Amino acid sequence: MRFEHPATFNPIDQLKVIGHPTSRIEGPLKTTGTAPYAYERHDVVTNQAYGYVVGSAIGKGRIATINLEAANAAPGVLAIVTAENAGKLGKGERNAAPLLGGPEIAHYHQAVAVVVAGTFEQARAAAQLVRIDYVKGDGKFDLAAAIDAAGTPTPSFGGPADTAVGDFAVSFAAAPVQLDATYTTPDQGHAMMEPHASIAAWDDGKLTVWTSNQMIAWGAEDMAKTLGIPKENVRLVSPYIGGGFGGKLFLRADVLLAALGARAAGRPVKVTLQRPLMFNNTTHRPATIQRIRIGAERDGRITAIGHESWSGNVKDGEPEMAVSQTRLLYAGANRMTATRLAALDLPEGNAMRAPGEASGMMALEIAIDELADKLGIDPVVLRISNDTQVDPEHPERHFSQRQLVQCLSDGAARFGWDKRDPKPGQIRDGRWLVGMGVAAAFRNNLVTKSAARVRLDQQGTVTVETDMTDIGTGSYTIIAQTAAEMMGVPLERVVVRLGDSDFPVSCGSGGQWGGNNSTAGVYAACVKLRESIAQKLGFNSEEAEFADGVVRSGNRSAPLAQAAGQGDLVAEDAIEYGDLAKTYQQSTFGAHFVEVGVDADTAEIRVRRMLAVCAAGRILNPKAARSQVIGAMTMGVGAALMEYLVVDKRHGLFITHDLAAYEVPVHADIPHQDVIFLDETDPMSSPMKAKGVAELGICGVAAAVANAVHNATGVRVRDYPITLDKLLAGMPEPV
Amino acid sequence: MRAFSYERATSPGAAATAAASTANAKFIAGGTNLLDLMKLEIETPAHLIDVNDLALDRIEQTADGGLRIGALVRNTDLAADARVRRDYGVLSRALLAGASGQLRNKATTAGNLLQRTRCPYFYDTDLPCNKRKPGSGCAAIGGFSRQLAVVGASEACIATHPSDMAVAMRALDAVVETVRPDGATRSIPIADLHRLPGDSPEIETVLQPGELITAVALPKPVGGKQAYRKVRDRASYAFALVSVAAIVQPDGTGRVALGGVAHKPWRLEAAEAKLPDGAKAVTARLFADAKPTKDNAYKLQLAERTLAAVLREARA
Ligand SMILES: Cc1cc2nc3c(=O)[nH]c(=O)nc-3n(C[C@H](O)[C@H](O)[C@H](O)COP(=O)(O)OP(=O)(O)OC[C@H]3O[C@@H](n4cnc5c(N)ncnc54)[C@H](O)[C@@H]3O)c2cc1C
Ligand code: SF4
Repeated sequence: MRFEHPATFNPIDQLKVIGHPTSRIEGPLKTTGTAPYAYERHDVVTNQAYGYVVGSAIGKGRIATINLEAANAAPGVLAIVTAENAGKLGKGERNAAPLLGGPEIAHYHQAVAVVVAGTFEQARAAAQLVRIDYVKGDGKFDLAAAIDAAGTPTPSFGGPADTAVGDFAVSFAAAPVQLDATYTTPDQGHAMMEPHASIAAWDDGKLTVWTSNQMIAWGAEDMAKTLGIPKENVRLVSPYIGGGFGGKLFLRADVLLAALGARAAGRPVKVTLQRPLMFNNTTHRPATIQRIRIGAERDGRITAIGHESWSGNVKDGEPEMAVSQTRLLYAGANRMTATRLAALDLPEGNAMRAPGEASGMMALEIAIDELADKLGIDPVVLRISNDTQVDPEHPERHFSQRQLVQCLSDGAARFGWDKRDPKPGQIRDGRWLVGMGVAAAFRNNLVTKSAARVRLDQQGTVTVETDMTDIGTGSYTIIAQTAAEMMGVPLERVVVRLGDSDFPVSCGSGGQWGGNNSTAGVYAACVKLRESIAQKLGFNSEEAEFADGVVRSGNRSAPLAQAAGQGDLVAEDAIEYGDLAKTYQQSTFGAHFVEVGVDADTAEIRVRRMLAVCAAGRILNPKAARSQVIGAMTMGVGAALMEYLVVDKRHGLFITHDLAAYEVPVHADIPHQDVIFLDETDPMSSPMKAKGVAELGICGVAAAVANAVHNATGVRVRDYPITLDKLLAGMPEPV
Repeated sequence: MRAFSYERATSPGAAATAAASTANAKFIAGGTNLLDLMKLEIETPAHLIDVNDLALDRIEQTADGGLRIGALVRNTDLAADARVRRDYGVLSRALLAGASGQLRNKATTAGNLLQRTRCPYFYDTDLPCNKRKPGSGCAAIGGFSRQLAVVGASEACIATHPSDMAVAMRALDAVVETVRPDGATRSIPIADLHRLPGDSPEIETVLQPGELITAVALPKPVGGKQAYRKVRDRASYAFALVSVAAIVQPDGTGRVALGGVAHKPWRLEAAEAKLPDGAKAVTARLFADAKPTKDNAYKLQLAERTLAAVLREARA
């Protein structure tokens, strides 16, 4: 189905099932511990052996010698795979650093060997006997030191590196009020609950991998390419995923090493990345240095806005597109953005929840707060007065929907923003200095092809199959809701099967595109199925109505199941997009409000209240969407206050590489969270009229926290995370 | 993790004897620290002596009106004991500020005292660390040292001792009771139990090979207002950046021990003599010999401000 014109009324608009706060259909499996995650698939194939990964002990350089003698002689060892004996390997389209290193080493903890043994304990013990001599090379590990040599990249995602409209330099210089500030965001880790894990089994040259991956088709394709075998010979199965946040978008070492280990051992092999290895072995959100300059009239009107961002990456790696939102969020006739990429030898930087905007908004939305301060204008008012309904770089392009102003003003009313004292450090509650902060939320909506197959059987059960994944987001449920709505059956009559490369290729889970696109693909397949059902039953498909398990047309009706009387009816289709996303700018908007307390003595920061107001198209399932947004808000608090992959610039690694050192929020850090969804449908986005929301939820949160900390204390911190040591010097003297 | 043999000891004396007579043996109590370190091959014992069957899990009154806490009393039970809560509030509070409910259910009194540092370099076996591998160097010096020691450290090691409980026990003048492989028992004031790193940071206590902790004795209650204030980056489940254990008497005198600043709970009797002069005077003395790094110099100010807050609350 091609989606070329704005959606009109369609069966989804009945909202009998869609739009309801349905609980997860797979929820009971998860709460009872019976949802089978990759590493626990003991059932799928017998005789599984265990692989344990050895990571490089240096950040840059090469392996001089590997001595496997002791490891090979250790009890239970079946095989050891290294680059030396793995055979020729290619590299996946979407991998920058090779997944199996050696003799060249691209980064710390790059996998250099997998030890396969009969038990996990044997594999681990033997892995620790692998002796490797390295020759250390000179690596570049310091972003700040590398930016002078940074170049202009050609990003494959997120638009061009640089943009310019009008004359930024002249109008900035002429502006009566100017802000020029530099912000830094650190490297961050996905730190999802379930580590990367895979079980691989070979059968006559064909490989099956039960894994944990967000993008099945990408994974299968890159696996085939890496192994140099036909794509048809690779099957990936990933029905349940314990979180990904972008860390499982791509083929990673667990998949490859399980496959190589299984080939070498002649047995199925399972591999999980051990937690302390994950932070340096896999991808991460790259650190940025961002300079923002804004010029404004005294009335708050922005006349010039410039945003430059520097990040680093390994060879073939991409830049963090931290300037993306600045191209679209606020009005202003003169503008520039610039993206620079430095060569670093740290682990590969790549997508993490809301790549680009999450980091960019961390900086931009402090900058707006600082500008509001300079102007003496309320930060909510300042944002509202610089709203734009068109793409400021291409004014002929309108936003398909843009309710940022509504988000800000509704949120302000709901949060009690009028009680905020614009003068910092004024509000005291016992030992706490209390402050409020606001930030806009912004994240683009991306449309991309997505296919599904639907089947009707004699019992009237509708089965949906698509390689879409559910990474804890609720995909199973919204897909079931879509099929139920389209086919006029109750939710219990729908079976959803996901995450298998044997199924039609979907959009996958990433970039907050999963919800809208995957359900639109199911919609397309259902439209086709409705046609063949109508035909089978002798109805005019245009007029047929599907409701309550019955198909009606005029005064005739027949049970839906009857159409499958002589055998299952199957339909497969994909949603494919025309250029509505080019003619209209499709984005999602929101506003984050945060209240913090800062301990007047110790400068410990604790969040007291949070509110997000989101305008993100049709909310397919408010319960699932709310879970996504509060999770994203929690992650935003982590980004604001604690998450920090600390670079050891001498050894070239992230030294905070376990969950003790890499702190993420715990329950006690997260207060009451409110989420409001504005009533919105976006006919430009898809027949579902929905957009993404799960990444919108993180964009701006950290800045709202930062702004609240400033309001509480008067201390402006521009380098994340905002830890107490950065506040102490500016705190009031103890009384 | 290396393969190891395992036995369950039946008496304290037998445990100590077994430890001395088996090469590279270690006691295991709750296992919450030791097992993690074994998985990473930071600890590589060849033999484990499980002490959980020893009847050392009681809290008893001592003849002089104090309490004797068995080495195997779980952190949860110790924190909840009515006598501890009434007479040794600083200890109860310190325990509850540590780890998580599940860990405290498992963690023992002796194991807590002997838990090892949380220096991030100690945990990465590919990097130099004198404590893990004597003579290999100290990667933390010149590296990421935000959490590490500001005082009492050495050129060889700047690690901190991570225990909260031990800081409170230091303020309470606890005494550690042990039995040695030859059957002899001794009492070690907690001030003397932990060593400063010097040039042998791998040796963390004065305990001798095979020496088993049987109990920790608390002297009779000293009264006063008792506080434990732990400062950290997140609200729970994190080690202290700085912690303050304080016992403040109505006349303004008292005791102060700090956590998160040194290789052992940091208390100087000469410093607490300055308590009537306020927090600044106390910390000035406590940190007279401090050598912070650029990353952790904030701890000096943080400790002073935290102590000031504790004193203000105690006197309120
Ligand atoms: C995630 C996490 C967070 C934590 N957070 C905190 C925190 O915030 N604050 C804090 O204070 N602690 C914290 N801890 C540490 C925790 O308190 C310790 O792991 C625990 O107290 C150790 O007790 P255990 O009985 O399990 O010791 P074990 O692991 O069994 O043993 C530890 C050491 O003591 C030795 N040992 C045990 N018993 C004896 C004995 N009777 N005589 C001689 N030697 C003995 C062992 O040989 C071993 O070397 C945390 C731990 C974890 C895993
Ligand atoms: S501070 Fe101590 S524990 Fe840390 S690396 Fe140095 S020697 Fe090892």
